[in-house]
Amino acid sequence: MNFNQLDMQLLNAVSDLRAVPAGPVNIRRNGEVIARNSSSNITVRSKEDKPGLVVEVKPGTANETVHVPVILTKAGFKDVVYNTFVIGENSDVSIIAGCGIHNDSHVDSGHEGIHEIIVKKGARVRYIEKHYGQGEGTGKRILNPSTVITVENGGSAELEMYQIKGVDDTFRSTTAYIQEAGNLKIVERLLTHGRQSAESDIKIYIEGKGGSAQILSRSVAKGTSTQIFRASLVGKTRCIGHVECDSIIMEDARIKSTPELVAEDSEAVLTHEAAIGKIAGEQLIKLMSLGLTEREAIDTILEGFLR
Amino acid sequence: MLRLKNIFVTVNGSNGVDREILRDISIEFKSGRLYAITGPNGGGKTSIAKVIMGIYKPNRGEIYLNGEEISNLNVCERARRGISYAFQHPPRFKGITVGDLIQIASPDIDSFNLRAALRNVGLCPEDYLERDVGPGLSGGEIKRIEIAQVLARNARISILDEPEAGVDLWTMQKLIGIIVEKYKNNPDITTIIITHNQRVLEISDEIIVLEDGVIKASGAPHKIWPLIKDDIECKMKEQCRGEMAYEL
Repeated sequence: MNFNQLDMQLLNAVSDLRAVPAGPVNIRRNGEVIARNSSSNITVRSKEDKPGLVVEVKPGTANETVHVPVILTKAGFKDVVYNTFVIGENSDVSIIAGCGIHNDSHVDSGHEGIHEIIVKKGARVRYIEKHYGQGEGTGKRILNPSTVITVENGGSAELEMYQIKGVDDTFRSTTAYIQEAGNLKIVERLLTHGRQSAESDIKIYIEGKGGSAQILSRSVAKGTSTQIFRASLVGKTRCIGHVECDSIIMEDARIKSTPELVAEDSEAVLTHEAAIGKIAGEQLIKLMSLGLTEREAIDTILEGFLR
Repeated sequence: MLRLKNIFVTVNGSNGVDREILRDISIEFKSGRLYAITGPNGGGKTSIAKVIMGIYKPNRGEIYLNGEEISNLNVCERARRGISYAFQHPPRFKGITVGDLIQIASPDIDSFNLRAALRNVGLCPEDYLERDVGPGLSGGEIKRIEIAQVLARNARISILDEPEAGVDLWTMQKLIGIIVEKYKNNPDITTIIITHNQRVLEISDEIIVLEDGVIKASGAPHKIWPLIKDDIECKMKEQCRGEMAYEL
C-alpha cells in the first residue's frame, strides 16, 4: 500500500480517514484496488464479471464498519465501478463510501459508482457517501452515483449522501424498494458553486405494509450553479412517507425542486414540504450581533444548514 | 457610558408611507446602572435597542460608547465593542445547535459556564445543548436560549428585549435574581431591559417611558412607577391587550 499526501488528503475529505483502517476496507485509486481487508464477519471481494466489489455482511453482525472509498488523481481518468452490498439478516453495520477527485488538467475526470444495496430481514445499515472535488484545471470533476436499495421485511437503512464541494457535474440516481415494516431514511446535502450543475433523482417505492420512508434534502446553490432535485415517493400499500426539500439560493444560481407523491392505496400517508429561499436577513443580523462578520455569519449559516 | 444624542429614525411603513418611529431621542446610559424601558406597543422601545445594536440606522443623531462615536459602525463591530442584544423575536436556524450558538456568543466559554448559562434560564443542558435552534423548539425555549447567550457574553452593554415574553413566572423570578446578581451595581456593565414586568421595573435604577417614538418620562422607579402602575397591572392581569394610555 503506497499512499501519497494527495491520496490521504482526498481520503480524509471523503471518509475522514487518516490511515488505512483496521477493519474491513477497500480503497480504490484510479481504477485499481490499493488496499483491501475483510473481517471475520464482513467479506470484501472483487466482482468476477465487471469492475467493482461485493461486500457481504454475515447475519447477526453488529457494530462493524466497512470503508469503501474511491479516489481519482490521474488526469482525464474515467472510472466505472459496480458494487454490491448484502447486509445479512439482523445485522447492524455502517458503510463509509465516498469519492474524491483531484483534477489539475484540462480534460475531464469522472467516476460512476453503480451500487446495489440489499438490506436483509431485520438488518440495519447506515450508508455514508461523501463526494468531493479539487484541483485548479479546467477539466471537469464529474461524479455520477447510481444506487438501488432494497430494504427487506423489518429492515432499516439510512443513506447519508453529501456533496461537499468541487464537483462540477453530478447526476445522482437513487431508487429504493421497501418491503413490509421496512424503513428508509435518505439524507442528502448538496453544495454547488461557480458554474457547477447537480441533478438528483430519488424514487422510493414503499411496497410492503407498514413500510416508511423519509427524504430530507438540503442544498445550497451559489454563483451561477444549477440544481435540479426530484424526489418521488410511491406508496403502494399502508405506509408512511415524507419528503422535505429545503434549499438556500445565492447570487445567480438556479434551483428546481420537484417533490412528487403517488398514493396507490387509501392507507398510504404521504406528505411533502419544499422551500427555496435566500439566507434570512434576521439570521445574519443575529449572528453579527454575536460578533461575527457578515462573511462569517453566512459561512456559519451554510455550514449548519448542510451539516 | 452609552449616549444617544438627538436620534431620529424613519422607516417605510407597510402602506408605503414613511413613518418616524423615533423622534429626537437623547439618553445617557451610565455604567453600573440598570435601565428599564417601558411603554405601549409600537412606542419605539425595540427600535431604540436596534439603533444601539446598529440594526436600524438613524436618519439623524449620534451614538457614543465611552466617548467613541459608533454611529457608523455595523452590527458586528458594535458587538465586538461590547454591545449585546437579546432579540425580542429571535430567529431560528437549521443545523446550528444551542451549544453552537452560545459558543458563538462567547467563544472562550468553558463547559461549566456554558451549562450554567442554560440552567440560569431554566433549561437542562443535557436536553438542549445538542438540539438545533430550529423549528423543533417552542417560542419560549427559543427566547430563553436567546437570554442565555446574553448572560454568557459578559458584554459591557447588555440589552434584553422583553425577557418575560414566553418565559414562565418561576424562570422569570430566577432570571430577575440573576440579573440583580450579575448586572446590578456592577460598575462595568450597563443593563437595558425593555419590559412590562413590574418586578423588573422595580429593581431598575431608572425607568424610561417611550410612547409614539418620544420619551414621555424618565427617572427613578419611585417617581415613574405611580404614573404607569395602573397600566402595568392592567396588562399583567390581561384585562387589556395592547395600548396603554399614559397621562404623563
